[in-house]
Amino acid sequence: MHIKTGNGFEKTPLEIDQSRQVWILLHAHMRNETHASDLLPTLTTQARDPLSLRAGGAWTVEHAELMEHLCQDVTPNVRGAVGAELDLAAVTALDTSGAWLLEKLSRAPIHGDGIKVRYPSDTLVGLLTQAHKLNRCASSPEPRKAWPLAQLDRATDYMAGVSHDAVAFLHLLGAVCTSLGRIILHPSRLRLTSTVYQLFRVGWQAIPIMVLITFLIGAIIAQQGIFHFRRFGAESYVVDMVGILVMREIGVLIVAIMVAGRSGSAYTAEIGAMKMREEIDALITMERDPIEVLIVPRVLALVLALPILAFLGSLAALYGGGLIAWLYGGMSPAIFIARLHEAVSVTHFEVGLIKAPFMALVIGIVAAMEGLRVKGSAESLGRQTTASVVKSIFLVIVIDGVFAVFFASIGM
Amino acid sequence: MGENNAAIQIDDLVVGFGRHVVIDRLSLTVRRGETMGLVGASGGGKSVLMRAMIGLLPKRGGEIRIDPQIERRAVNRLGVLFQQGALFSSLNARQNVQFPLRENINISDELLDEIANAKLEMVGLTPADGEKFPSELSGGMTKRVALARALALDPAILFLDEPTSGLDPIAAGEFDALITVLQKTLGLTVFMVTHDLSSLASICNRVAALADGKIVALGSLDEVRASDHPWVRSYFHGVRAKMIHSPGQ
Repeated sequence: MHIKTGNGFEKTPLEIDQSRQVWILLHAHMRNETHASDLLPTLTTQARDPLSLRAGGAWTVEHAELMEHLCQDVTPNVRGAVGAELDLAAVTALDTSGAWLLEKLSRAPIHGDGIKVRYPSDTLVGLLTQAHKLNRCASSPEPRKAWPLAQLDRATDYMAGVSHDAVAFLHLLGAVCTSLGRIILHPSRLRLTSTVYQLFRVGWQAIPIMVLITFLIGAIIAQQGIFHFRRFGAESYVVDMVGILVMREIGVLIVAIMVAGRSGSAYTAEIGAMKMREEIDALITMERDPIEVLIVPRVLALVLALPILAFLGSLAALYGGGLIAWLYGGMSPAIFIARLHEAVSVTHFEVGLIKAPFMALVIGIVAAMEGLRVKGSAESLGRQTTASVVKSIFLVIVIDGVFAVFFASIGM
Repeated sequence: MGENNAAIQIDDLVVGFGRHVVIDRLSLTVRRGETMGLVGASGGGKSVLMRAMIGLLPKRGGEIRIDPQIERRAVNRLGVLFQQGALFSSLNARQNVQFPLRENINISDELLDEIANAKLEMVGLTPADGEKFPSELSGGMTKRVALARALALDPAILFLDEPTSGLDPIAAGEFDALITVLQKTLGLTVFMVTHDLSSLASICNRVAALADGKIVALGSLDEVRASDHPWVRSYFHGVRAKMIHSPGQ
């Protein structure tokens, strides 16, 4: 009797069994499994017409790779067989993975009454009967959409997301304003302790890093100005540039972006984690408004802290600029201050600081909005935190642009 | 010292946090192939003992020995069902079950799916549930998926931290039956922390009672129930325990 194998050579069943044995030994050698107690799984063809298969050894998960290989080897033979028998008497150990593979083998479609299974010792039968019941209902995977349609779907989802964002933002802004109104009518509703604590976190604790960064930015602007203005002999105008730029734009913008990254992300993560752990639901069941308890103190703290930080940041930037003008440009501090007096008016300072509370409001609302959108998973917390920082930085820059247009048209 | 058929042998174990000693010179033997139930007061150190046995908490003193035959195994030494499930929230249920398989053995995706589906079915879930993410699962389903994951590699020793809490009585009964079948066929050793008196009665071969950082009673449920340690007495002879064991009265 000869069997046609995949590569066209003809082999007797014995040869096939021999080659399989070699493969098994090689496999065992590679895995360094020479212990006598874990016998490797085997699956041999004892006879053909009717087909008789004999499984032996340990059919356990650590040999899963080998077991799968063995089953794949005999499956083509089983498919064509008329009547078959699977003898499991020599199986020494079994677990669910092994039981499932043997069960799967016994389910192969054949002519006649199906594969007869001769069960092993009593102790292993329980698991095989379990496996016999498993994976009966096939799950059909969802049909996938064609590529262009899927892309179109994604585009519409994205656009819908943008309008969703706008609505959610306005909704939360409204809720915070209502809550603030209620607090103004009944000041005792304000969570003073919480607000002060948040102010400490986002204001006081943020001062060192804000001052350091704005100091460096001021110094860099001054250095670049001196280097390039020197060609026209216009070094003294560096003071005007540093003064106006820092007061009107850079000071508040850098600080707002830093606050969005530092405190906005923290707000989103905190509120998101509270959402995940059902703390917000607990608040609602106690008839406490989460907006009033959690969000208003945070937003209020940010609205108070950002102008202060922007003010300190602007000072630090001017200090940095002045230091560089002195050390690098050779302009004495007295002259720097005198020039600054001429160049900068209180208007520039006002223009800068007026923007700060609005930026703070946007950062706070976006952070809370994204925090409330967190679903159960850790991944979603990360995604919403990223979204919070990206969206608030984007909006801060948009607000800055809108104010620039506004101040230009009213002549400030 | 100890029995030669021990799966886990604990001698004079001490575990503590700061100045607080939770487990105080505790000795216990978990025999191969048995189901041991651990009972104890809430906050009495049951979970601490289990975490120390798994190796998640450092021990201050004493010794924990795992049967060398199990220690020698390549992939499937321990399976742990954590109290809250501890499913990976970024993977769906099926991927969670497949994770230990995928990490340890090299088999086709088709077989991975089949084994994962089989495990999910064994704990009473459908393949469709496998698509759900942990945040979409109910408490009981989370527990089942976590059990399926703990069983993914058919471990030699299974640690269960309050496995039936959050399951309805029918599901809890099915779970107990499943453990019994697995134990018979795999020679599984099960160590479970539980408050479920019917689990204790139906599947635990032995019960250990933990109080004051020590094992105060050990043996079959009846033997432990007969103990005259005050805490054990109030545990097994309290109102709730009576309601279970003598429903007609």
